[in-house]
Amino acid sequence: MTGLRYVYAICRPFGAPLQAELTGVGGAPAKLLHHHGLVAVVSDVPQRDFAEEPLRAHLEDLDWLAATARGHQQVIDALTAVTTPLPLRLATVFRDDSGVRVMIEAREEDFRRTLDRLEGRVEWGVKVYVEAETPETAGTATAGTAESGPPAKPASGRDYLVQRRRRAKAHEDSWLRAERFAGRLHSLLSAHADAARLHPPQNAALSRAAGQNVLNAAYLVPRKESEEFVEIVDRTKGEEPGMRVELTGPWAAYSFVDLEFAQSEEEGS
Amino acid sequence: MTMPSRMPEPYGQGGGSNLADILERVLDKGIVIAGDIRINLLDIELLTIKLRLIVASVDKAKEMGIDWWEDDPELSTRARRDALARENAELRERLARLEELEPGRARTREESP
Repeated sequence: MTGLRYVYAICRPFGAPLQAELTGVGGAPAKLLHHHGLVAVVSDVPQRDFAEEPLRAHLEDLDWLAATARGHQQVIDALTAVTTPLPLRLATVFRDDSGVRVMIEAREEDFRRTLDRLEGRVEWGVKVYVEAETPETAGTATAGTAESGPPAKPASGRDYLVQRRRRAKAHEDSWLRAERFAGRLHSLLSAHADAARLHPPQNAALSRAAGQNVLNAAYLVPRKESEEFVEIVDRTKGEEPGMRVELTGPWAAYSFVDLEFAQSEEEGS
Repeated sequence: MTMPSRMPEPYGQGGGSNLADILERVLDKGIVIAGDIRINLLDIELLTIKLRLIVASVDKAKEMGIDWWEDDPELSTRARRDALARENAELRERLARLEELEPGRARTREESP
């Protein structure tokens, strides 16, 4: 026996079938493990990749990490289409099915409470980017020097300082506008969501997205109201020049699952 | 249990998902449960991962004017080379100044052969 059990998510039993031939990490088929009225969604993973030592090494390997993350997300996505899964963090691995069962028993109450709270809800991600300056907007800020493409080489030290000050001013203005826009958008969307979370802006080099990320938020929205939520976001696109609004989802409620677990002691009273 | 009510088509997901969006969720969010295989994701140098991602997309990053790592000797061999070159130039300059201060000795050395 060399297989380990990789656990993707915990959910309630669901009637709808998973998409046929759903595979997860390493291309292994996803399976359902019923226990105590809950379902763990698992797949077999080889010891040679997921024992402690190789796993630690693999996690430093970007290609492996990316493929594994996509395998994980593929299963969570499929589950999100048919039920409300509680996604587990990447690489939650047990020796065998009985290890998974023991874990379910130990966290049973937490799982049920969180499932109750999230039932029928999904997460939408909304990001706002300040787009790189377009020639028109640059033109208003650097009147006269109308630059397109790379700025002209300053002729003197004084020119250089003037150019630099103009650029700094334009930069400041667009930041102020971005802050206001992002704030407005966030309160609008929060009002249409059951909960909201602000995440740190994404590194542009990491996301490969153009522009500077100024808002990176997640909203917990009932499925029934998702269509309306998406329309609201769509209406804000193009509302503010130089700002780009990006919507992702529906995700499983990744950003909202841990709350209950962290607070479980306080709630005992 | 019934099928969920009508949902909008997925946005920004599927094959072309932004890796950053996925990693942000699967690594930083989600329920943390200690499995039998103990890996603390916080132990992994997330910074290392991020740097590798950056390096993986160096050309794109350069296009966007992100090049801070090029100046950091810890991260860039070019920066290390540049640092050496700079140090070299500084040393030469200092040597030249010292020789100016002590013309006698410098000349002696030059004239000796």
